[in-house]
Amino acid sequence: MERREPTTKIYEKLHEIVKVLLDPVIAAIFALFIGAVIITVLGDSVVVAYSALWKGAFGSTRSMGQTFMSATPLIFTGLAFSVAFRCGLFNIGSEGQLYMGAIIGAWAGYAFTGLPSLAHVSLVLILGGTAGAAWGFLPGFLKAKLGVHEVINTIMMTYIAINLTNWLVSSDGPMRHGSTLQATPFVADTARLKVLIPSTRLTTGIIIAFFVAFCIWVLLWKTKLGYKVRAVGLNNMAAECGGIDSNRYIIYAMMISGALAGLGGAVETIGVHGRFYSGFSPGYGFEGIAVAMLGANHPAGILLSALLFGALKSGAMTMQIVAGTNSELVKILQAIIIFFIAGKWSIITHLESRQKKKDGLKSNIRGDETWKQSTQ
Amino acid sequence: MNIVEMKNICKQFPGVQANDHIYLDIREGEIHALLGENGAGKSTLMNVLYGLYGPEKGEICFKGKKVDISCPNDAIKLGIGMVHQHFMLVPPFTVTENIVLGTEPSRGPLLDYKQAVSAVKKASHKYGLNVDPDALIRDISVGMQQRVEILKVLFRGAELLILDEPTAVLTPQEIEDLYRIMKNLRDNGHTIVIITHKLKEVKHISDRVTVLRNGKNIGTVQTGETDEKTLAKMMVGRDVVLRVEKPPCTKGNEVLKVTNLHAGNYRRLPALKGCSLDVCEGEIVGVAGVEGNGQTELIQVLTGLQSWSEGEIRFKGKKLEHTATPQKMLKSGLGHIPEDRQKRGLVLDFSVKENMIMGFEDSKELTKSIFIDYEKVNDFSRLLVKEFDIRTPSIETKAGKLSGGNQQKVIVARELARNPRLLIAAQPTRGLDVGAIEFVHNQLIYQRGIGRAILLVSYELEEIMALSDRIVVLYDGQIIQSFENEKVSMEELGFWMGGGSRKAI
Repeated sequence: MERREPTTKIYEKLHEIVKVLLDPVIAAIFALFIGAVIITVLGDSVVVAYSALWKGAFGSTRSMGQTFMSATPLIFTGLAFSVAFRCGLFNIGSEGQLYMGAIIGAWAGYAFTGLPSLAHVSLVLILGGTAGAAWGFLPGFLKAKLGVHEVINTIMMTYIAINLTNWLVSSDGPMRHGSTLQATPFVADTARLKVLIPSTRLTTGIIIAFFVAFCIWVLLWKTKLGYKVRAVGLNNMAAECGGIDSNRYIIYAMMISGALAGLGGAVETIGVHGRFYSGFSPGYGFEGIAVAMLGANHPAGILLSALLFGALKSGAMTMQIVAGTNSELVKILQAIIIFFIAGKWSIITHLESRQKKKDGLKSNIRGDETWKQSTQ
Repeated sequence: MNIVEMKNICKQFPGVQANDHIYLDIREGEIHALLGENGAGKSTLMNVLYGLYGPEKGEICFKGKKVDISCPNDAIKLGIGMVHQHFMLVPPFTVTENIVLGTEPSRGPLLDYKQAVSAVKKASHKYGLNVDPDALIRDISVGMQQRVEILKVLFRGAELLILDEPTAVLTPQEIEDLYRIMKNLRDNGHTIVIITHKLKEVKHISDRVTVLRNGKNIGTVQTGETDEKTLAKMMVGRDVVLRVEKPPCTKGNEVLKVTNLHAGNYRRLPALKGCSLDVCEGEIVGVAGVEGNGQTELIQVLTGLQSWSEGEIRFKGKKLEHTATPQKMLKSGLGHIPEDRQKRGLVLDFSVKENMIMGFEDSKELTKSIFIDYEKVNDFSRLLVKEFDIRTPSIETKAGKLSGGNQQKVIVARELARNPRLLIAAQPTRGLDVGAIEFVHNQLIYQRGIGRAILLVSYELEEIMALSDRIVVLYDGQIIQSFENEKVSMEELGFWMGGGSRKAI
C-alpha cells in the first residue's frame, strides 16, 4: 500500500476544503470588481459606496444583525436545494414549499393559544416543515413512480402554492385578517421567536438555521439514510446494484428538501413578520438555488454563501442612503455572482478541457478504463 | 527497412508518465505486437504515432524521414491508419457510407452512391475483406463491423495499420478470420502493429513483439524465439502463474436452478428465450457466448435488477418471486461482481471505504441506530484492503482514482465479505492486467474450493476454460449446450458459440 505521510493527508484534506470554500470568496471578489466598474460609470465613488456597503453589512451590531437576519431564510432554502441535489434531483420549487411552510406555520401560530413558548414554537416549526415536506413529496413520488421530471413538477407546485396561499388570505379567503394587507392574523406571542440583539430584527431563527445546517451535515454524511441518498445521487445504477431502492430515497430526499424550505418559511414568519402575508418572500426559494450552488451544495459552504448574500442585502440600504448609490446595484452584484457560478462551471471545465487537449486526452488516460460501450 | 522509428518518446499525463523515453522500431512488412498490461502505455504510444497525442519529447521517423504528426490527418496522409478498440462507425448508416465518410465521391453537390459502392466492392475484393456494401452497420455482425473498420483505413491508403485490441469482441471463428486477413495484408506488403495483452495471440500471429511496462520499453524480441512465460515475466516484472492450479471439483447441493427463463431486454425485445441452467456448491459454471446473446439479461434477472416473463428460478431451493429486488437477493446470499465496474459496481466519487460497505450500510455490525459507525467501517475496510492487497493511498481515497485492477479488487472483496452462497461473476477480469487477473482467478478457485457456487459469465473463452468445471453455451437467449470442461475443446466451444446446430437443451 502506497503510504502517504500524515502531513500529506492533512494537506490534501485542507486542499479539498479550501477548494470548496474558495468559490464564494472568488465569486464575491469577482462581483465586487465588476460592481466597482459600474459604480464608477454611474459617477459615484467606489470607496464611498463600498465602505457604506461594508458598514451596512458588518459595521455595527445592528448591521451584523441585519446581515444574519437576511441570511436566515437563504440558509434554509439553500439547504433545501442541496439535499435534493445530492440525490441527483433539481428541486427548484423551494419557493412554493417555503410558502406552504409559512402559511401552515402562521396558522399554527395563531390558531392555538395558551401554549408554553417552547411547545408553541416547536409546533409551528414541525407543522411548517411537514407542510413543506408534503409539498416536496408529490414531485418526488411522481419522479420515482412515473419518471416525471421534478423540474417541471416543482415549478408547477410553486405556482399552486403561491396562488393557494394568496387565495387563503384574500378578501374572501378563510385565513384573512385585517383590511389593509392580505395577511393572516398575527401569531400569538408565545409563537414568536426571541429577538437576539435588541433593536434589530435578528431572532433565534439564525440559531435554528445554523443548527439545522449542522443536522443536515450529520444526516448526509453520518447516517444510513444520507449514505443512500448520496449514493443514489452519485451513481444511481451502482446504488441499485448494491441493494438501494433508489425510488424510495428519491422520495425521501424530496420530502426532506421540501421540509427544509417549509421550515424556512415558518421561521421567517414567526421570526420576522409575525404573520403570513401574500408575497412575503422576495424569491428566497430561488435565491436559495444560487446560495446552494455557490456553497458547493455543502452545509458549510451554504452558511458562508448565505451570509454573503445576506451581507449584500443588508449593506444595500446603507449604501443607498449614505453613498447615494442605487441599492439595485446589489441585485446586479448578486446576478454577477450567479453568472459566475454558472460561468465558473464552464470556465473551470473549459480550462480543464484545454489542458486536457494539450495533453491530448480525448479519452481516458488509463487503457483499462476504455470500456466497450454497451451494445445498443 | 524500418517503416517507423519512434525515438525517445516521452508522454506525460497528470501524475503518470505514460511513455518514458520509448524507442520503438517497426520493420516494413511485419506484424509487430505491442504487448503490455493495461496502463503500460501501449495505446498511448500508438496514439502518439497516429497524431492523437503530442509527446513532450522525442521524434518519429517514417520511412527514414523525420516527420511531424500533429493530428490524425497527418498520419493518414503518410499512410498510417488506426482501428480502435471501440469502433467508430455510424450504426444507422450503410457499410459504404461509413467507409467513404470524409472522402465521399461526389457528382456535383450530390453523393455519388453508386460510385462509392463500386469503390467499396473493389477494395473489399482486393483485400479479401468480405463486406456487404449496402448493409446497415447496426444489422451486421461484430466481425463484419471490424472488417468495415479495416476497409475504412485501407480505403485511405494505409500502408501501416495499427489495430488496438482487435480480438476483444470476436468469436474464435472470427478471430481466425482476422488472423487470416492480417497475414494476407502482410503478405501483400502492409505492415501491421497489433496492440494486445493476450499472450497466446502474440505467439500466434506476430513476427516480433515489443513489451511495454510502466511506460518503458522492456524489450523487443522475435516471437519465434520466446515463449508465453518469458513474455508474461517481461510484462509484469516477476514470474506469473499463467494457468491457475485447479483442485478437483467437489460438488455439493444445488444452489441455483433456472428453468425455461424468458425475459426481455431494455428495448422490450425478447432476450432470454427459454434459458435453463443450474449451479451447485463447490463448482464453477461458466457461461460461454458472444456478447449480446442474453448474458446481460440473465444476470439482471438473477440479481433482481429486472423481471422475467416466463420460467422458474429456484435459489437455495426456494422459488424466486417476481418481486425480487437486488436488496432481497443480496440479503439472501447472492454476491454479484458486475460486468461494468464503473457503472454498476462502484460509486466512483465515494471513497474506498464508502464503496466497501455498499450493501452493508444497514447491517447491525456497522451501524449504531440511524448512524453509520465509521470507526467500525474503517476497521472493516482496512481489513479487506489488507486481505485483498488493494493498492490505495488510503481508504479515504476516491474509488475513481484507483486503477482498474484495484477497483475490481474492492468489488471482489466486498462481494465475498457478504459470504454469499452463490457468486455471480460477470466479466470479472475485463480490462485487468495479468497480475490482477491472476489474483481474481485464484480467488475464484479458492472460493470454489470452500464450497461456494460460482456462476461465471465471460466473453473470454480462455477464462471460461481455465476456471469452469462445467461450461454452458448461451446463444440467442438459450443455453444450447452443456459440457464438462475436460471433455470439450476450444474449437468445439467456438462452434457452439456461433450457434452450432441451434438445438436447445
